[in-house]
Amino acid sequence: MAGHAGMSVKVHPSFVRIAHWINAAAIIIMIGSGWHIYNNHPIFEWLTFPRWATLGGDPEITYKLNKDVGFGNALLWHFAAMWVFFLNGTAALIYGAATGRLRRMWFPISWSGFWGDFINAARFRLSHDDPTIYNAVQRVSYVGVVAAALLVFVSGLAIWKPVQFQFVTAIFWDFQGARLAHFIGMAGIVLFLIVHVALALLVPSTIKAMITGSVRVKAKHDAAMPAAGE
Amino acid sequence: MPIIRPAGSVHRPQGGVDQSPLLEHRRLIQRIERRGFLRGTLSLGALTLLTGCDISNEQNLQGVLRTMSRWNDRVQAWLFDPSILAPSYSEADIARPPRFNAFYPIDRVKPVDGESWRLELAGLIGDKRAWTKDALYALPSEAQITRHICVEGWDYIGKWSGVPLKMFLERIGADMTAKYVNFKCPDAYSSSIDMPTALHAQTILATHYDKAPLPDPFGFPMRLKTPLKLGFKQPKWITAMEVTNTYPGGYWEDGGYNWFSGL
Repeated sequence: MAGHAGMSVKVHPSFVRIAHWINAAAIIIMIGSGWHIYNNHPIFEWLTFPRWATLGGDPEITYKLNKDVGFGNALLWHFAAMWVFFLNGTAALIYGAATGRLRRMWFPISWSGFWGDFINAARFRLSHDDPTIYNAVQRVSYVGVVAAALLVFVSGLAIWKPVQFQFVTAIFWDFQGARLAHFIGMAGIVLFLIVHVALALLVPSTIKAMITGSVRVKAKHDAAMPAAGE
Repeated sequence: MPIIRPAGSVHRPQGGVDQSPLLEHRRLIQRIERRGFLRGTLSLGALTLLTGCDISNEQNLQGVLRTMSRWNDRVQAWLFDPSILAPSYSEADIARPPRFNAFYPIDRVKPVDGESWRLELAGLIGDKRAWTKDALYALPSEAQITRHICVEGWDYIGKWSGVPLKMFLERIGADMTAKYVNFKCPDAYSSSIDMPTALHAQTILATHYDKAPLPDPFGFPMRLKTPLKLGFKQPKWITAMEVTNTYPGGYWEDGGYNWFSGL
């Protein structure tokens, strides 16, 4: 199956695509409502999030309904989306581990390759000739964002249940330590999102691949990646 | 002076509304409700495409979110282990004074007069006689130095003492198999907790903070104190307590705050 110009290659199986977009929705809801919750008692005095970027409802309407300006709604959003985030994320990690897709797509990570790719990425000269193989910058950022997701998950448990799960809260020293860790994990995810969305917009075929599952590749490449589509 | 209650609207039929059409079409009604739920779920996905267009107060969506919150109540009740104690701290950690919070600022607190104050009892309770402050303060007292955590994200460590709620419920002959204990306050505030939390060793009717009677802004003469719940679940200036199997809600709970809110 080598070498035909403009052939279509399966990049993402349907499970991965569905899980990706469910995760995107859950993450955006978690961040928007989380920023609203944060604003009620900011960790850093110099940082609050603008109302338009948060989730909780129009302040006037919400005050008439709920006697507050959206905090109750933000809590409802956060504690609803956390289940979507948790169940979908767990399913995706199990799928990725069981099929070997995570190991194949994300590892090994070459640190010498990372710096070369990083400099190229910073100059917007990343090669995306073959969308079935992630470069070192992509691999590091995907592994990094999973680490950040695990951090928000564990610190979230510590904030949600500081008595029942007090051994988890103790990992972060105390309740405020868990809040700080939750914030740092969020910041990591937001940083990833900015870079991830910017690079996807620069190479729109990656967005098409995450929607339709396939992408057309250029000639000369030996597309020996049918295994990505199990 | 007698309280005059309106006898109910003259537009309503005597003896209540005829429920038979509802029963006859029960299946149809349930199906309609299920459709609303599905539609609400679908709009969750649509929402993420509409940043800047916040539909949090849309009715179907509120239904979905509140259904999820009831689910969270059940998960938390299942996670609750009555043998786990909240961590205790040392005298050196106690915040003096404690941090104030209410749905109004501290200068609008209306102090409660201890002499005329009564704790009214209602619901599934054997002896419903009201309690005076002196009688309540004479009960055996237990102290705890625990962390008070607010839903907003702040916390402090304080020392509270008072009679364990379990001991009080036993003394008044409450039905301890009931589901809820509900509290009402003179400032229109209210909140309610589940019976397993009410019976927990660290749940007390607090009368003192750091050895002195509770200061006025912090609930004199009595507040609920339990390190197993968020702060808003621990009402201050309690004037009435009810044991019930009917979901009582609460001031913030009715506005969307999670009811169980266990820590």
